[in-house]
Amino acid sequence: MDPIIRLEGVTKVYRRGAIEVPVLSRLDLEVRAGEFLALMGPSGSGKSTILNLVSGIDLPTEGRVVVAGIDLGDLDGSALASFRSRHIGFIFQSYNLIPVLTAFQNVELPLLLTGLTRKERREHVQAALEVVGLRDRMDHFPRQLSGGEEQRTAVARAVVTDPTLLVADEPTGDLDAGSASDVLGLLQRLHLEFGKTIVMVTHDPHAAERADRILHLEKGVLIESAERNRT
Amino acid sequence: MRFFPFILRNALRSKRRTILTVLSIVVSMFLYCTIRTVITSFDASLETADAARLITRRSTSLTFFLPLSYKDRLAQIPGVSAVAYGVWFGGIYIDERNFFAQYAIDADEYVPMYSEYLITPEEREAFRRERTACIIGEKLVEKYGFKTGDAITLRGTIFPGNWDLTVRGIARPRTKNLDTNFLLMRWDLVNERMGRFNQVGWYVVKLSDPARAGEVARTIDRAFANSPAETKTETEKAFQLGFLSMLGNIRAVVFAIGSAIVIAILLVSMNTMMMAARERTREVAVLKALGFTDRTVLGMILAESLLISLTGGVLGAGIARVVYDASGFTAGGFFPSFFVTGGTIARALGIAAAMGLLSGAIPAADAFRLRVVDALRHAG
Repeated sequence: MDPIIRLEGVTKVYRRGAIEVPVLSRLDLEVRAGEFLALMGPSGSGKSTILNLVSGIDLPTEGRVVVAGIDLGDLDGSALASFRSRHIGFIFQSYNLIPVLTAFQNVELPLLLTGLTRKERREHVQAALEVVGLRDRMDHFPRQLSGGEEQRTAVARAVVTDPTLLVADEPTGDLDAGSASDVLGLLQRLHLEFGKTIVMVTHDPHAAERADRILHLEKGVLIESAERNRT
Repeated sequence: MRFFPFILRNALRSKRRTILTVLSIVVSMFLYCTIRTVITSFDASLETADAARLITRRSTSLTFFLPLSYKDRLAQIPGVSAVAYGVWFGGIYIDERNFFAQYAIDADEYVPMYSEYLITPEEREAFRRERTACIIGEKLVEKYGFKTGDAITLRGTIFPGNWDLTVRGIARPRTKNLDTNFLLMRWDLVNERMGRFNQVGWYVVKLSDPARAGEVARTIDRAFANSPAETKTETEKAFQLGFLSMLGNIRAVVFAIGSAIVIAILLVSMNTMMMAARERTREVAVLKALGFTDRTVLGMILAESLLISLTGGVLGAGIARVVYDASGFTAGGFFPSFFVTGGTIARALGIAAAMGLLSGAIPAADAFRLRVVDALRHAG
């Protein structure tokens, strides 16, 4: 199967004034369509940078990043925005829901960028909230939801446009064990039932256990890759 | 339009702050409409001036009289078709607060010269027949409930004593901007009670050809040069402008006050919008991560700022229109037609829109430039 994500010789260097901070060094990586990949490693190892690069919110200093057959280096700012709206679903550690919008309106946000009618948007949002088990909470504001419910709403927002790729940055980092397990179960379901490709950054080995493959990074270099068998 | 609910939610995110910002714009636009209406009311009063009428008065000051004997000499000057005269009576009706203009005029020529007012032939004839008759403007009917046949007593200030008059006619305006906050009484009544002093305040000279106004005015003033009572003749519009200039450079003052108000409120509004946008840096980054383009985010912040300022503008201008129309405000009769025009409202909304765009410009530009990756501050 063709890889949905391909990183070729990717180097990323951040500049802070006169100081250059190398984060990734000549990294090669391929992720297959429908794969659930966990990225692990200590802080500063470059795992979140990989998420930023594959989701098109940052560009490599050197090398190529190709996602869904699109070389992201060829895209300008608005084309990258369009790429993100079509291909990427984000799940953040701290949920990042808009506090003045209800759960329904938060999930609807990415759909505002599509040509869908109001009725179609409503149907999509209700379906996404159904998947995450929050249809009955759609009129609640984020402050009226628990942390786990907020993150499930964020998952609904990430999948509502049926993106090619879900990127999750420490999705359970702010959750208690029970809620974390719910969210991980949800991601696993999206992967297994709906065939979603997921790239997840995590510090938590238990969370990483849910993935098909676990990559360990250290100082911008892949040092270990563990493939898990699923039936 | 699909973003409007989101923009509205953001605008109402901090209700107290938004309400206070809107209120500050409401107040500033109300004040702007008020001072702008002062200017348009002046202009409206000038527009009613008839180009075919000249005003001849004492060259030294309007407060000095001219002899009655000038009337016949004026009538003989080529280009003059009719001559009327009047004097400022300056009486008090019951109380000094009840201010309205009172003119003592000649019974025959004055009224026909002002055809912009509708006065019936019967009313005009009644005014000519009865020495204590008076004609009142329509505004006085609204204000005091006068009707034909009512008695009005004025207490003279320039011409002392009590003056008992009877309403014999009502002057109705043929156009909207005309002042009807006045009373016309007979000059010969005043002349008789003042011991036949035979003096008038000014002459109104009707021209046979308005194009010859300058030439006729010069001829008049030359005719009375080197006399004990030299004249100054000018068009009615110039006369009114000269009268208004006694109030100083109102336009400049009004412009300065208006500008100061707008700039002060603009700074308040800019500060509010920048604070609001700063609080949302991370949310802007999330929107961009979801696929909102830089331009969309910029447009949304500008639209929010525009929404707040236009709400204030619409309310401020609307309240000014309703309040001044409903109250019939005239500043004690100084502005006969204090009416907030459509042009003033359009200017107020234009200023409010400009304020909105300006105050939203900096936060919108910041949001436009914001790098998602910096704002989200990924670690790892």
